[in-house]
Amino acid sequence: MATVGHALLILALVVALYGVGASLYGARTGRRAWIDSGRRSMYAIAGLTTFAFLILEVAFLRSDFSYNIVASASSTTTPTVYKAAAVWSTQQGSLLLWVFLLSLWSSLALFLTRRRVREIVPYATAILLGFCTFFIGLTILFANPFRTTSPAPAEGAGLDPLLRHTTMMIHPPMVYTGYTMLTIPFAFALGALITGRLNAEWIQVTRRFALAAWLCLGVGVLLGARWSYTELGWGGYWAWDPVENAALMPWLLSTAFLHSIMIQEKRGMLKVWNVSLILATGTMAIIGTFLVRSGILSSIHAFVSDPTLNISFVVLIAAMIVSSVGLVIHRRAELRSESQLDSLLSREAVFLLQNLVLVALTAVIFWLTFFPLISEAFTGQEQSIGPPTFRPFVVPLALVVVLLSGIGPVIAWRRVTVANLRRNFAFPVAAGVTTAVVLLVGVSGVGGHTFALLMFCFGTFALAAVAQEFWRGVRARRAMTHEAAPLALASLVRRNRRRYGGYTVHAGLAVLLIGVAASSTFQHQRYATMKPGQSVMVDGYRIRYVRPTAVPSAQKISFGAVLAVSKGGHHVTTLRTTYGIYPSQDPSLGVIGRFFNSGSVESRIGLDAGPFHDIWTVVNAANVPPLQSFISEGDQKFGALMSSIARLPPSSQPAALNTLYALRDRLVAELTQRFVTHPWPVQFLLIVSPLVSWLWFGGIIIAFGGLIALWPVPALARRRVRSAAYAARLARELA
Amino acid sequence: MEFLLVVLAAAAVIVIVSTPFRRTEAETAEAQDEGKSTKVAELEAAREAKYREIRDAELDHRTGKLSDEDFRSVDNTLRAEAISILRALDRAQKR
Repeated sequence: MATVGHALLILALVVALYGVGASLYGARTGRRAWIDSGRRSMYAIAGLTTFAFLILEVAFLRSDFSYNIVASASSTTTPTVYKAAAVWSTQQGSLLLWVFLLSLWSSLALFLTRRRVREIVPYATAILLGFCTFFIGLTILFANPFRTTSPAPAEGAGLDPLLRHTTMMIHPPMVYTGYTMLTIPFAFALGALITGRLNAEWIQVTRRFALAAWLCLGVGVLLGARWSYTELGWGGYWAWDPVENAALMPWLLSTAFLHSIMIQEKRGMLKVWNVSLILATGTMAIIGTFLVRSGILSSIHAFVSDPTLNISFVVLIAAMIVSSVGLVIHRRAELRSESQLDSLLSREAVFLLQNLVLVALTAVIFWLTFFPLISEAFTGQEQSIGPPTFRPFVVPLALVVVLLSGIGPVIAWRRVTVANLRRNFAFPVAAGVTTAVVLLVGVSGVGGHTFALLMFCFGTFALAAVAQEFWRGVRARRAMTHEAAPLALASLVRRNRRRYGGYTVHAGLAVLLIGVAASSTFQHQRYATMKPGQSVMVDGYRIRYVRPTAVPSAQKISFGAVLAVSKGGHHVTTLRTTYGIYPSQDPSLGVIGRFFNSGSVESRIGLDAGPFHDIWTVVNAANVPPLQSFISEGDQKFGALMSSIARLPPSSQPAALNTLYALRDRLVAELTQRFVTHPWPVQFLLIVSPLVSWLWFGGIIIAFGGLIALWPVPALARRRVRSAAYAARLARELA
Repeated sequence: MEFLLVVLAAAAVIVIVSTPFRRTEAETAEAQDEGKSTKVAELEAAREAKYREIRDAELDHRTGKLSDEDFRSVDNTLRAEAISILRALDRAQKR
């Protein structure tokens, strides 16, 4: 079936090229048949790539090691769920996933817009098909997932242990969905620029895709952070890694875009800004994809560097930037605003300020992410940049974002009076100030952390502002309809999904950033080397190493520890952490050594997560020094035995090898058990962090708010508004 | 078997992309008419945006963000803008 998969990709490439030509010809001549045929090319590509992706999935599920990527990223002992996810752990498979998702979402967008923005659609179709052509071309030429080897190896190398995590099954598809969906508003924006149809129509058509992309990218980023926190064994959730930043930057820009398009829709303002913002977001999505694939910046998440792939991406990104800038300049006259800001005290002004802050935040992250490359270009030496470099720039800007997320909901469009401001800000400001006073008086040491204290105040301010908005909305609704409060709340949200979904997102952001500020500022961490029975103190908690555990299995050797946590003499929790070593396929490590000295390792943390603090522990049992002499001796003896077996007649070898393997497995199991019978001191990383759960909870609230905003507006609400507007027209005409 | 699968996929692709060229004249004309004129679509988008703006102002007023006086002024402006859009839309639809 590998041949079929490869043939399907070639067919998809031909169809994509045809579709670009058909769409452009249809756009130039206005011939409907060509335009429709171009659009249908995208449907055909979606079908072909779905088929190809399924072939690859089946190969992974069946452990068909004749496929090179199956042999390199899976094995018979890999659990089935991870076999399915192993497809996107490889450069080739993940590129195919990218193409598959791109064609799928593009097909959906083109289907939904087939009777709308008719002048723009053919160009948008050609651009989306252009992206398909590029990525299918890359897959065929440089990263063919259907390459095979004959004869097939008996066993595969297995999936990287770090990727054997539930979130890793969802994280990449979510991030890729975000990236690929962002190409849709990008394509429509370019189409609008080409045709000169620059009113709010293209925005209305693609807003939902921009929002869905924002939601998926956000969920993907959060899942990545969760994976980092629970799998990587360093106790953090964000390391300002280039690949993490690559997903965050388009998310920040799309956040700005989703706010500023409201101003264009309502006031016909910020046309240049909006179109530039979405073009930058789309380009940033491709830059993010490039960073993951190129390996030009060192990252734990990046694939191995491939110069030919890199050049192709640079050409695509350059083409996107040049065409975007060129078209915006060409259409600058048509992009003039239709009106001006009525007042600096208005929601429009707050949105504008928020946009500037988000773009500044993106610019800072972009600069610092690429700084190692820039420094290398100018000085010849790559300067590495770590989290401390980001903080002084990012933290103040994040504070302003949270503050504005509280101001935005309580300020009206167009104009605000001082009396209204006083009325609307009284409660949120009081809540923020009260928080500051309570923390300064009640919690020792907070006063020394100005940024954290400000984040708590601004976060509470934003939460209070959103709560006030919900309360006032429900009260207004109840005054009109006399509904019960829960029903009034549901009706209010249902009829104003975009507004209240947005408010929910603001509340989630405040909760999330309060969690980030608390956990990063007031974290207590300690490295401790302990033997069973010993204990250490971390932030008032006594953590005792109770006993070691050891589990040898066909998949991995697992050394672990049981830890008892107590406070003030009272037992708090019992934690179990393990350090897994997956056997290496490298014969140079020795028959026994390959089980203990492999680089394929994973950490399973012992975590007690609560609403106010997390107790996070991990054991590091790498190198197993007390076993090394046994391992060396075993390698020598088993090596000699292997040589003896090689000299036996071929017919006797299998039986002798089976006996040898059984002996080897027994020795490996016995050596593993020495961790329990003759325990040696091992190193632990022990962390107590406050409010980490708020981060995940805030993320869930954001996702929930995004879903509310994404949900279609009920037809009834539209009809009611329409009738009201017609009634107003009638009244005016009669007058 | 594999060759047959590829041939079937290619045949399906040809059917999908060539369908618009196999339409009868009546179907082609229908497809051409299906889309609204650009002007109408543009005005409908403007009308929807204006409706949203009116609804937002009403909600801002009900939740106390706009005083009665400010609301009257904003609402009147918005409704006037909405009426001019509706008039333009009527004119465009009659053409």
